[in-house]
Amino acid sequence: MGKKEMSTYHRPFPNTWWLKRKPYVLFMIRELTSVFVAGYCIFLLVFVYKLTQGADVYGNFIDALKSPSSVALHFIALAFVLYHTITWFNLTPKILVLYKGEERIPQGLVAGMFYAGWVVVSVIVALFVLGM
Amino acid sequence: MITNHDIVMIGGGGAGLRAAIAIAETNPNLSIAVVSKVYPMRSHTVAAEGGAAAVIKDNDSLENHIHDTIAGGDWMCDQDAVEYFVNEAPREMIQMEHWGCPWSREPDGTVAVRPFGGMNIERTWFAADKTGFHMLHTLFQTSLKHNNITRYDEWFATKILVENGRCQGVTAIELRSGKIEVIAGKATIMCTGGAGRIFPFTTNGAIKTGDGMAMAYRAGVPLKDMEFIQYHPTGLPGTGILITEAARGEGGIMLNKDGYRYLQDYDLGKPLDIDDPSHPVKKSMELGPRDRLSQAFVAEREKERTIPSSYGHVVHLDIRHLGEKKIDKKLPFVRELSKNYAGIDPVYEPIPVRPVVHYMMGGIDTDINGATSLPGLYAAGECACVSINGANRLGSNSLTELLVFGARTGKAAARFALEVPHPDKNSLELQTADEQKRITRNFFRKGRGTERIFSLRKEMNETMETSAGIYRSGKSLKETCDKIKELKDRFVNIDLEDKSLNFNTELTSALELEFMLDVAEAIAYSALKRTESRGSHQRSDFPERDDENFLKHSMAYQTNTKPHIDYKDVIITKWPPGERVYGKEK
Amino acid sequence: MAETMKLEIFRYHPEKDNEPTFQTYEVPFLEDWVILDAINYIKDEIDGTLSYRWSCQMGVCGSCGMMINGVPKLSCAVFLKDYYPDKIRVEPLTGFPVERDLIFQMDDFMTKLTEIQPYIIRNKDEEKPLDEGEYLQTPAELARFKPYSMCINCMLCYAACPVYALDSTFIGPAAIALGQRYNMDSRDHGRDARQELIASHEGIWECTFVGECSAVCPKDVDPAAAIQRAKVSSTIDWFKDVLIPWGKKK
Ligand SMILES: Cc1cc2nc3c(=O)[nH]c(=O)nc-3n(C[C@H](O)[C@H](O)[C@H](O)COP(=O)(O)OP(=O)(O)OC[C@H]3O[C@@H](n4cnc5c(N)ncnc54)[C@H](O)[C@@H]3O)c2cc1C
Ligand code: SF4
Ligand code: FES
Repeated sequence: MGKKEMSTYHRPFPNTWWLKRKPYVLFMIRELTSVFVAGYCIFLLVFVYKLTQGADVYGNFIDALKSPSSVALHFIALAFVLYHTITWFNLTPKILVLYKGEERIPQGLVAGMFYAGWVVVSVIVALFVLGM
Repeated sequence: MITNHDIVMIGGGGAGLRAAIAIAETNPNLSIAVVSKVYPMRSHTVAAEGGAAAVIKDNDSLENHIHDTIAGGDWMCDQDAVEYFVNEAPREMIQMEHWGCPWSREPDGTVAVRPFGGMNIERTWFAADKTGFHMLHTLFQTSLKHNNITRYDEWFATKILVENGRCQGVTAIELRSGKIEVIAGKATIMCTGGAGRIFPFTTNGAIKTGDGMAMAYRAGVPLKDMEFIQYHPTGLPGTGILITEAARGEGGIMLNKDGYRYLQDYDLGKPLDIDDPSHPVKKSMELGPRDRLSQAFVAEREKERTIPSSYGHVVHLDIRHLGEKKIDKKLPFVRELSKNYAGIDPVYEPIPVRPVVHYMMGGIDTDINGATSLPGLYAAGECACVSINGANRLGSNSLTELLVFGARTGKAAARFALEVPHPDKNSLELQTADEQKRITRNFFRKGRGTERIFSLRKEMNETMETSAGIYRSGKSLKETCDKIKELKDRFVNIDLEDKSLNFNTELTSALELEFMLDVAEAIAYSALKRTESRGSHQRSDFPERDDENFLKHSMAYQTNTKPHIDYKDVIITKWPPGERVYGKEK
Repeated sequence: MAETMKLEIFRYHPEKDNEPTFQTYEVPFLEDWVILDAINYIKDEIDGTLSYRWSCQMGVCGSCGMMINGVPKLSCAVFLKDYYPDKIRVEPLTGFPVERDLIFQMDDFMTKLTEIQPYIIRNKDEEKPLDEGEYLQTPAELARFKPYSMCINCMLCYAACPVYALDSTFIGPAAIALGQRYNMDSRDHGRDARQELIASHEGIWECTFVGECSAVCPKDVDPAAAIQRAKVSSTIDWFKDVLIPWGKKK
């Protein structure tokens, strides 16, 4: 029977912790996608700014946007923003816990409401854009 | 080292916590210790499912609850204790409600009650089918409010310290460090729970090893009515996991291999159709008392009408007709457990069940204040026997008992603590050194012993199941008494591989086995000496109840050789012994 | 022995070891064995020195949480057959200091649980005397907090939480869920008393919503939801304070 003072063992928690399990990887991607969401918001601000600078400046800007690299970048951004949106919509039932009497409103339904709202807004935007 | 307290609770289950809170509330200046070998919320009260009985509804009466309890106990209950218990129960249950226990409710917001076996009316309060879990967590969380309660979580008590003719605390091992210390108290309350682990097939968790009973027994306090051991009729085969009586309270039925409601053949009444609005009828058929239902299983088995399974024979508990919605609302845990551990979904299939060791009616002999014959030592909860459970406990009386007698015993111990001087420090230290030596000598000695914990425990389990089961006989009990003696002799040669201090769970298993052997001895001898059949104690060689000679509590005293069994009169006040009637309108 | 399986178990003994090691044991494979059964078999038949916690064997006492192949689980509720025939790696729950073998130290949680004040707090003079019976609570009111009351304190959620592993000052999922359990109980008036801790830096705002606490919770407590909802209501509090300072809580 040793009389050594008892010491607990603290396991290291490496920086690569998020590579250990799939849910953590997905979480990290979700965090990463917010960079793209933020980036695209800045882009939209620039877009509006250019619009105020007169037709010429705006025209050049639009032309630049048509370059293949810019289009590619847009697709990448779209993919990330979609990922971001979907993961967050799927999380909404955790934030919005609704009850009808004793029964909790199913989580799928809550998330579904957001998807439905998304579709409606997208259709309106599409009509607006295409209608122009 | 010695730590001093006014009152020391050994056990942090329902009884221990209720006692601690009762003292903390009435005497905020007293120093209270709660010693528990597991974190209090792990205590086995957590596993209780069905509910807790107390008269609350207008259509019920205290008199009825008293009568059901006494008849259910086959007149072995002390009637003064039962009367106090029943009178105090509603108040205690309301107190639990005020502390936040999430009782299931009626639409108008009052608490809901459900029927339970042996009760003439629905009076069992429930929190879905996790009543014990919710009660334990409510009590534990409420106890956090009181800063005069000091917790000793994961401290293992080994011995009661007696000095100057009174109990002055315990020695306990701090599991983390392996150190043995004195936890001294002017009063000590044993709340260590039952001892189902003496048997191989039980609903009891690993920690239910009768420690407190054995410690008291070794300190010269008698163990009362130890032969009365409750088999619950519906445990899952293999694991012994309990399927609560509430499943039958809500209308579940018992079927044999022919799909026949066999209970009707055992003087438990006639079955009503499951669609009949009066089903299930109280105190009849599936809602008969547990002893009778478990005995009926054995009879069915003998008639070869049970169903063979890989874990022995079973019958079916069928709740399919309740429908998914009701099952999910009232019995969600039953569904979860059946799915996980029996691989069947009770919404679509009947649940295979068989009787399983569940509860110890007997325990440390106490008076109505929870006081034992040793001044300063008190006991409450399943480890104690006050006795309200007699020869057969009614389901849902035990959780209430934890509250009623936990609180009462706590207050009585506090009164005692206020009157006695401080513990005798020096002599307690000497005793602790002795206890340390005993443990080192017995378990850490040089060289290897020859006996393994596992095999001794297995042999004890087997002999107890064979002889102290649902039906017993003098011959097999005699053999078991000898067998226990043999096991105790062999225990001396126990071999531990682990000779270290920190969290030595092999050492605690050995100490628990030693405790269980003492309790097993008390059970076997008490059962051997009771040559009658009553409640859960059924002797095939003495099939009749014998009030003339045995309307008495058995009192087992430890001696150097075999236990000495004495008797003490049952306290009968207003309810003279009668016949137990089930399945008939009275 | 017919079929067998291998368990690779984390071993650490503070009296002997500076670093943990893994020890592999071979156990019989039985269809209806949970991992805890296999570990008990090891303790009984192979190696008496292995230490771990367990009691109820029915997933309700909360003692037996372990990392099973890197995922926090109740070892009494997962079956060998779900891993057969591969080797199973068993470790103590991550995020906690290890005391010995599979036993981790949970003192930190016990302190946090106490600090969150997990009991009914009534306004002064609004205690109902016992003689007047129970507080009324409709089934719908009960349903609001019931899921949060189902927590068995098993610590799986803490083991799944990278925030807690990186910074143990975080109060963490179960303690916050239990705070919310009382906050949402119609009988309770203690939200303000708990809010200081819940809305503190170590409280809900440390959570980055990884969501794994809810994914691993064996009792569907959904602590992640409890935390996010507390964020929403704390934000509303903040707006109320800032925008209508005179309208501060009743
Ligand atoms: C599966 C199951 C279902 C049940 N359902 C119901 C029901 O529906 N209704 C009902 O009324 N009753 C029910 N019961 C019975 C009831 O739950 C128990 O009788 C009761 O919970 C016992 O409580 P207790 O406080 O006496 O002991 P426990 O809750 O068992 O607590 C014992 C305490 O003592 C401590 N302890 C033990 N030994 C030592 C030691 N050596 N050193 C330090 N500490 C020690 C333990 O750590 C623990 O804290 C059920 C029982 C089981 C097993
Ligand atoms: S919230 Fe769930 S995972 Fe966390 S301690 Fe409670 S029961 Fe366990
Ligand atoms: S042993 Fe109790 S939860 Fe696993």
